[in-house]
Amino acid sequence: MAAKARTRSTAEVKTAGGEPADSLRGFYEQMSLVRAFELRSSEMYARAKIGGYCHLNLGEEATVVGLMAAIEARDYLFTGYRDHGYALLRGLSPERVMAELFGKVTGVSGGRGGSMHLFDQETRLFGGYGIVGGQIPPATGAALALKYQESAGPDAAAVMCLLGDGTTNIGAFHESLNLAGLWKLPIVYVIVNNGLGMGTTVEKASAEPELYKRAASYRMPGVRVDGDDVLAVRDAARDALKQARETRQPVLLEVMCYRLRGHSVVDPARYRSSEDTTIAQQSDPVPSFRTELITAGVLSEADAAAIDEAADARVTEAVTFAEESPEPDPKDLFAYVYATAVANAPSALPGEPVMDAL
Amino acid sequence: MTDKVAPATRTITYRQALNETLRAELEHDDKVFLIGEEIGVFEGSYKITAGLLEDFGPERVLDAPIAEEGFVGAALGAAMLGMRPVVEIMTINFSLIAIDQIVNHAAKMRSMFAGQVSIPLVIRMPGGGGQQLAATHSQNLEVWYAHIPGLKVVAPSTPADAKALLTAAIRDDDPVIFLENLSLYSTKGEVPDGEQVAEIGKAAVVKTGTDLTIVSYSRGTTTALEVAHQLEAEGLSIEVVDLRSLRPLDRDTICGSVRKTGHAVVFEDDWLSYGIGAEISATIGEGVFDFLDAPVRRVAAAEVPLPYAKSLERTALPSAADLARVVRDVLNISSTPNDK
Repeated sequence: MAAKARTRSTAEVKTAGGEPADSLRGFYEQMSLVRAFELRSSEMYARAKIGGYCHLNLGEEATVVGLMAAIEARDYLFTGYRDHGYALLRGLSPERVMAELFGKVTGVSGGRGGSMHLFDQETRLFGGYGIVGGQIPPATGAALALKYQESAGPDAAAVMCLLGDGTTNIGAFHESLNLAGLWKLPIVYVIVNNGLGMGTTVEKASAEPELYKRAASYRMPGVRVDGDDVLAVRDAARDALKQARETRQPVLLEVMCYRLRGHSVVDPARYRSSEDTTIAQQSDPVPSFRTELITAGVLSEADAAAIDEAADARVTEAVTFAEESPEPDPKDLFAYVYATAVANAPSALPGEPVMDAL
Repeated sequence: MTDKVAPATRTITYRQALNETLRAELEHDDKVFLIGEEIGVFEGSYKITAGLLEDFGPERVLDAPIAEEGFVGAALGAAMLGMRPVVEIMTINFSLIAIDQIVNHAAKMRSMFAGQVSIPLVIRMPGGGGQQLAATHSQNLEVWYAHIPGLKVVAPSTPADAKALLTAAIRDDDPVIFLENLSLYSTKGEVPDGEQVAEIGKAAVVKTGTDLTIVSYSRGTTTALEVAHQLEAEGLSIEVVDLRSLRPLDRDTICGSVRKTGHAVVFEDDWLSYGIGAEISATIGEGVFDFLDAPVRRVAAAEVPLPYAKSLERTALPSAADLARVVRDVLNISSTPNDK
């Protein structure tokens, strides 16, 4: 990944100057919580408390916080599988998110989804999708439903659909953006561009690596913003959501960030150049923002340390809760297969007769 | 319904039954909307949606671009927010373009999200060969969907079932694959007036008999009945079980019938290996082995991508003659020259 190709639009960047100190402090608290949660997830994975695939938001904290600061409670959020941070900032307790990673019944998806499939009806976190691009058509359809259900306006709901840079090459992305542009749907597609689709760079995967430009094909605005700048992300996302809810103009927002570690917990990312790794580490938004706030006098060193400690303690509580929570009861195996009860629904366990011999 | 006076009936086509049911459900519930390719202005490739755009407008009869993954997935997303979309896919062959949305998403969401969301989605699509549409447009892929927990798959064979099962499918809170068949659209039958809601997951004994059970579904049931009546004239008493629901599968009705007749033949339009008939045969073997007087046989399509040429197409598809021949084989009765 060439650093040059990932030039950021400085025009969008705002300093912390105009933002209230409380708000800045709150953003740092959130970034610190996501960082602590993800580091602990990695540790718990290594200790085999977490199974399956586990993708972390490490390095993307400013993006996560900025996007979640922009979205309103009435809006619907669809994400890919790198979803822990979004779930936390959507308002789900670290306990319920960690319990889901642990496969416990107290998890947000009852232990049935795991890391990639976090879902919460109450906070309108509509998943958590493990198949690349799988969330884009349903998110688009959610926006279609909103068009049936309510009028456009400042109080209307909108959909935010997150996707990765690699996802922009999949057919579902193009089919969905076409539908949204055609039908004028209240949706913001956010490309979280961390520069790598697993181990493949954007430049090696996309004929047009400036991904926001793809919006032009669907007559929607395409915007690129610095994903390490929490305020720039928030403002760009807020503006995009405003267009979606008030004029039903869908928007494609590209947020440029770095993934600090491998694709998933088990990926050592040996394919990354040392130059790229250095840039990612230098761009790490958590220490950068911390330093920025200390320099600006918003936080003291001691304040920042206290926030980090509190985040870590919060995550410790979550781990304890997850550890102590029960596993789902095997007798509930078939509990959620169908919403409408149906005659002859299968319920045999492996090796059991499918029916009693007559 | 048993204690009520039987409703008046009319003889209408399968196509008309579908059309009237879609109309009735659009009127019944404003959350219902139709979405698919060419369903509005064009009135559907097979005219199932004729007149509906005019009466319900372009929001409720929504023409979609040719983008199955996009619009099937969009319907799924609308269902997540409580709408009741009814998708038309032009033929089952094109559903493969949308299969990620159907199998990886629609079928999974309720379970994977621990019951927090339900997916009241219907996907209507015809299968079937015999129209010289060649290999890519003639498939019977219902077993692909019947294999998947989380989906319900229904396959009506008559206009009356088309009405009652479509009504049930639209009112059901789960994703339902509604299998139609090209060669059934113009078939006629008695359809009761008024609201009719079938119970999904139940098969029906559509003809009683004592010598042998033919198990079939969709178009196959019409052929099975034809053969059963033909053999009746020869003194054979054939029972016909119409599956109506491929998932869930009504094993009790199948086995109950075979227990009585001691002989079974499955007649299916899909390919033999790993097909619907394989599941039925295994069910019969497990459920009523001791009552069988002969091995279960399957009459299915020849395992070849279906050719265009009429002579080859006719050879590859299972016919009434094939079924009659196998029924006689199972009953150990000599074939008549007509069956060859």
